Amino acid sequence: MADRAGRAVSGWDAALLRGALADSFRKLDPRAMARNPVMFVVEIGSALTTLLWVRDLVSPGPGAPSPSFTGQVALWLWFTVLFSNFAEAVAEGRGKAQAASLRGLRRETMARLLTDGREETVPASSLRRGDVVVVEAGGIVPGDGEVIEGIASVDESAITGESAPVIRESGGDRSAVTGGTRVLSDRIVVRVSANPGETFLDRMIGLVEGAKRQKTPNEIALHVLLSGMTIVFVVACVTLAPFAIHLGLRPSVAVLVALLVCLIPTTIGGLLSAIGIAGMDRLIRHNVIPTSGRAVEAAGDVDTILLDKTGTITMGNRMAYEFLPAPGVAASDLAEAAQLASLADETPEGRSIVVLAKQEFGLRGRELAPLDAHFVPFFAATRMSGCDVGRRVIRKGSADAMTAHVSALGGGFDSEVEQSVRAISLSGGTPLVVSDGPRILGVVHLKDVVKGGLHERFERFRSMGLRTIMITGDNPLTAASIAAEAGVDDFLAEATPEMKLDLIRREQKRGKLVAMTGDGTNDAPALAQADVALAMNTGTQAAREAGNMVDLDSNPTKLLEVVEVGKQLLMTRGCLTTFSISNDVAKYFAILPAMFLAAFPEIAPLNLMRLASPESAILSAVVFNALVIVLLIPLALRGVRYRPLGAAALLRRSLLIYGLGGLVVPFVGIKLIDVAVNALGLVRGAGS
Amino acid sequence: MTSQSIVQVVAFFGAILLLTRPVGSFLDRALNGGDHLLKRPLGWLERALLRVCRVSGGEQVWTTYATSLLAFSALSLVVTYLIQRLQLWLPFNPQRLGPVDPALAFNTAVSFATNTNWQSYPGETTMSHFTQMAGLAWQNFTSAAAGIAVAFALARGIARAGDGQGPGTIGNFWVDLTRSLVYVLLPLSLAAALAFASQGVIQSLSPNLEVTTLEGARQTLPMGPVASQEAIKQLGTNGGGFFNANASHPFENPSPITNFLSMLLIFLVPAGLTHAFGRMAGDSRQGWVLFAAMTILFLAGAGAALWAESAGNPILAAHGIAPGAGNWEGKETRFGIAASALYATVTTDASCGAVNSMHDSFTPLGGLVPLFNIQLGEVVFGGVGAGLYGILVMAILAVFLAGLMVGRTPEYLGKKIEVREAKLAMLYVLAFPLMVLGFAAWSAVVPSGTSSLANGGPHGLSEILYAFTSAAGNNGSAFAGLNANTPWYNLTLGVAMLVGRFWMIVPALAIAGLLAGKKSVPPGPGTFPTTGPLFALLLVGVIVVVGALTFFPALALGPIVEHFLAATGKVY
Repeated sequence: MADRAGRAVSGWDAALLRGALADSFRKLDPRAMARNPVMFVVEIGSALTTLLWVRDLVSPGPGAPSPSFTGQVALWLWFTVLFSNFAEAVAEGRGKAQAASLRGLRRETMARLLTDGREETVPASSLRRGDVVVVEAGGIVPGDGEVIEGIASVDESAITGESAPVIRESGGDRSAVTGGTRVLSDRIVVRVSANPGETFLDRMIGLVEGAKRQKTPNEIALHVLLSGMTIVFVVACVTLAPFAIHLGLRPSVAVLVALLVCLIPTTIGGLLSAIGIAGMDRLIRHNVIPTSGRAVEAAGDVDTILLDKTGTITMGNRMAYEFLPAPGVAASDLAEAAQLASLADETPEGRSIVVLAKQEFGLRGRELAPLDAHFVPFFAATRMSGCDVGRRVIRKGSADAMTAHVSALGGGFDSEVEQSVRAISLSGGTPLVVSDGPRILGVVHLKDVVKGGLHERFERFRSMGLRTIMITGDNPLTAASIAAEAGVDDFLAEATPEMKLDLIRREQKRGKLVAMTGDGTNDAPALAQADVALAMNTGTQAAREAGNMVDLDSNPTKLLEVVEVGKQLLMTRGCLTTFSISNDVAKYFAILPAMFLAAFPEIAPLNLMRLASPESAILSAVVFNALVIVLLIPLALRGVRYRPLGAAALLRRSLLIYGLGGLVVPFVGIKLIDVAVNALGLVRGAGS
Repeated sequence: MTSQSIVQVVAFFGAILLLTRPVGSFLDRALNGGDHLLKRPLGWLERALLRVCRVSGGEQVWTTYATSLLAFSALSLVVTYLIQRLQLWLPFNPQRLGPVDPALAFNTAVSFATNTNWQSYPGETTMSHFTQMAGLAWQNFTSAAAGIAVAFALARGIARAGDGQGPGTIGNFWVDLTRSLVYVLLPLSLAAALAFASQGVIQSLSPNLEVTTLEGARQTLPMGPVASQEAIKQLGTNGGGFFNANASHPFENPSPITNFLSMLLIFLVPAGLTHAFGRMAGDSRQGWVLFAAMTILFLAGAGAALWAESAGNPILAAHGIAPGAGNWEGKETRFGIAASALYATVTTDASCGAVNSMHDSFTPLGGLVPLFNIQLGEVVFGGVGAGLYGILVMAILAVFLAGLMVGRTPEYLGKKIEVREAKLAMLYVLAFPLMVLGFAAWSAVVPSGTSSLANGGPHGLSEILYAFTSAAGNNGSAFAGLNANTPWYNLTLGVAMLVGRFWMIVPALAIAGLLAGKKSVPPGPGTFPTTGPLFALLLVGVIVVVGALTFFPALALGPIVEHFLAATGKVY
């Protein structure tokens, strides 16, 4: 998405921050706040403390805390709410900026509507599903649709950020075009498949804006937990008043509110929605557009990943790997004949033979014309190709085809060649037999080449606890050998779309969540069935609609990133919850002694941090509680770093950092703030 | 801490450790219809009881299970209430004790139906032998059996693989109830009662004895069927004593041997249930990890209580009185400090509530241990059944946090913990602090609450707090020092007990039902293992944090302030 304006928006753009600042005040609206029970309690507390401050200003009661103290507590309580709103606004702001740049693409274009063979120019916004339009070189595709006629190169950089043009043609798996992209050459006829407002671009804008964001299941469960804890703390703080009164003390309401706000999980409560929005945003940065937040969260839970062999695991083409000459034939002769047979062969297999011949025997590419050579292309009927050089009839083809070919010329197969053919087949490769006249020269071993770095990636999947299954149309032998080479856990050979669907259902029946990628129309049922379905942007419209995410880069291994983002999302929530709860210990030790020190000077040892005075202790705790939200905004937006460790190791690590860290950090933080508060003289000193 | 106290803890805990596996596998077989030792000799009784009650024994979904349990408990409650009110006209009342006051009868009926056995009354001067045996001892059996039933229902819900189509079944309440009575509680109580009687615990239906002591003074010795009561009181973690002095009375707990046996009986079933759960889960480590978490909390509590009580009263020490002797106030000399502090820990870890010493007389920190033990939610072995279902709910909460931290939707034994389970778990957790803090705070400021207090200041607050903690935790031990036999306390404590029992059982059963219906995901490397030491520690952390964060403010104004004041010589 490098070219897309969206990416140019850095996380901390000044204008963005200004907008977010304004938004954080706008979000104080109680109706909006009520969606987040934890922060709603803080807002009520802030309002209450503000009223108390006003009361103290007007008529200071005897023994009441000084108005300046109550005022400062109220101020910092408001900051707590604002900081949380700010976090959410920043997270949303990044999406908004992206949406704005996307909206620029949706500028008004004219479309050439085709009705009964007549062309008529209409505004693109008037197009309806089913309309047929013509787009020629230089024109903008007016809406999402399917190419029904013609072939064209299309510049999709506006959507995908990929500057190289892509080919779009009718039929097949590359027929989908997206509104807002530009046709560079030729002419295509497109049937529009989306009404205005429902196009891919519209969906994307809606998504990045967060307008349609709904709480995801895990987020709701966490909200329940946090709300429950909030109720417990409300009970604990409210009942503290009668307990204190029983002992003849008069607890200050402002201090009780301060205690409550410090105890309830404001850190996670304040950052929860920012985490969710940022998680979605991170996927979009990976150029993956999810259609629901639910899918992002499900990605973290995925147990099984189905990967298509072709294009995902292998390069998609077989490559020459070695020359196996027949007895009595020099390997270089075989290579030379194979090279000759392939010089004019433009298929990737043919080219790979030329390359291998050059690598192994230094045979240079030759021009066919001076050799008086005549190229014989591959025909489905003969199932072989080659070239006639003078009287030499050089052919290459499958073992069956070549048997027929040489026996017709009076030749035959050597047993050793037959053995090579079998061995290659057994190893999952494709044997290509080369003949010169009736004589078999040997076999070229063609091999599916596994993409580089996959082994490590699958290892990473495995350590995340994911099982990878390779889907291929190959026979089981070939499949097994490629599976072993790529390092996937399992494979499905000779797969049909039905088998794929069955496999998904079977896994799901065992309680597993399945992720897959797909691009073809025949992938659509499986994509619809899978829990996480990443459709390729180059794929058909059907596939794109069946999936719950679209990868604009059309890179199937992107699933790894998707899974990681999903996990990160959950982890960030879990870690900040743990941090938030462990913080409470230090806050108790700051506030409780401060509340009762005046009545029971004997409890001074409980003031572990040696905070200067009761007022500074309480204020420091409140300030820490507010500041920690701001300090954690970057972490909330970026997400906790995911490491592909086993679950137990991961948990140990997280507990150590966020559990133990959460225990220790506030002791240090509150103490430092206390020192600052006293240095600045913000509250009455210990002596007064 | 003396070496003697260490020996006692090690001997006691070693015995529990040895008994957990056999008791656990027996419980599993007995309750789940497997083959076991008592199936032949007592099978006819199970079949006969079920036939007489016309129980088909078919599997129940959680709503039916819960309704059965609630109906059964409500009926037991009413019957126990009526027996108390009508005892004057019922047999076995040699002392001609009159009808029990309505508020007290309500409190007592609730108390025994909820397995709390909080006693606002002195047993020997209030309840007839018939009330003790037919009303209270009967409840001792059935409320314990109901607790075991719920524990098994929740364990089944977690362990069973469902079809993913709505709630699954979790067993049959009537069958579970009957089996735990017939195979577990009755035979074990019989054996324990005989053992107690052999050690001098009385078992008699005669009226009180008037005797002349060696000094020539006349003394009334209360008599009664104590040994039979004592056995189930410990085994069923009921804790309601025959006598007001409970297990410190020489007729209830005459010797260190009966004392040791009592503690064993208290932990026997709760400890065994963890192993039964492990067996049902198909992996005994799942049970042992719960056992380990409980052990950590138990040893920490026992250690703290022993330390605080051996250290003794700083004020006495400052005056040079018996320095180094420890705190003997309120303790029986035949048990000593170690056996008293250990007993106090055991009885409050499990929701038993029998006492062999007066917790009110403990040092502030020594008294904090029993109080905090109950506030942990009665999950440190806990009540029979209640301990297991309590710690399972805590495990679900722990798993929820852990799951998020490793980046997966949380799951426990392959069952996904989702919104509804989280809601129910929070509902379960909320009941306890609402009851304890709500009623204690209310009682602390209204005259009907404060007029019952024997002590002022923080100590008085501890007494109120302890009463409601004990009631809502269904423990039943009393801190003493608080006259609870007033209409105010009889009613509020009664409500706290009811809520503390059924507001927790119903969500636990609902969780069981929901989980029973869920598909079980086989564990993979991405799933967080709920068996290792890490999980045990996490579970301990969650239990302590939930308990400590909730009650710290209240405790700070009670025992904690008192501790600091005592250190400077101020007492209440």
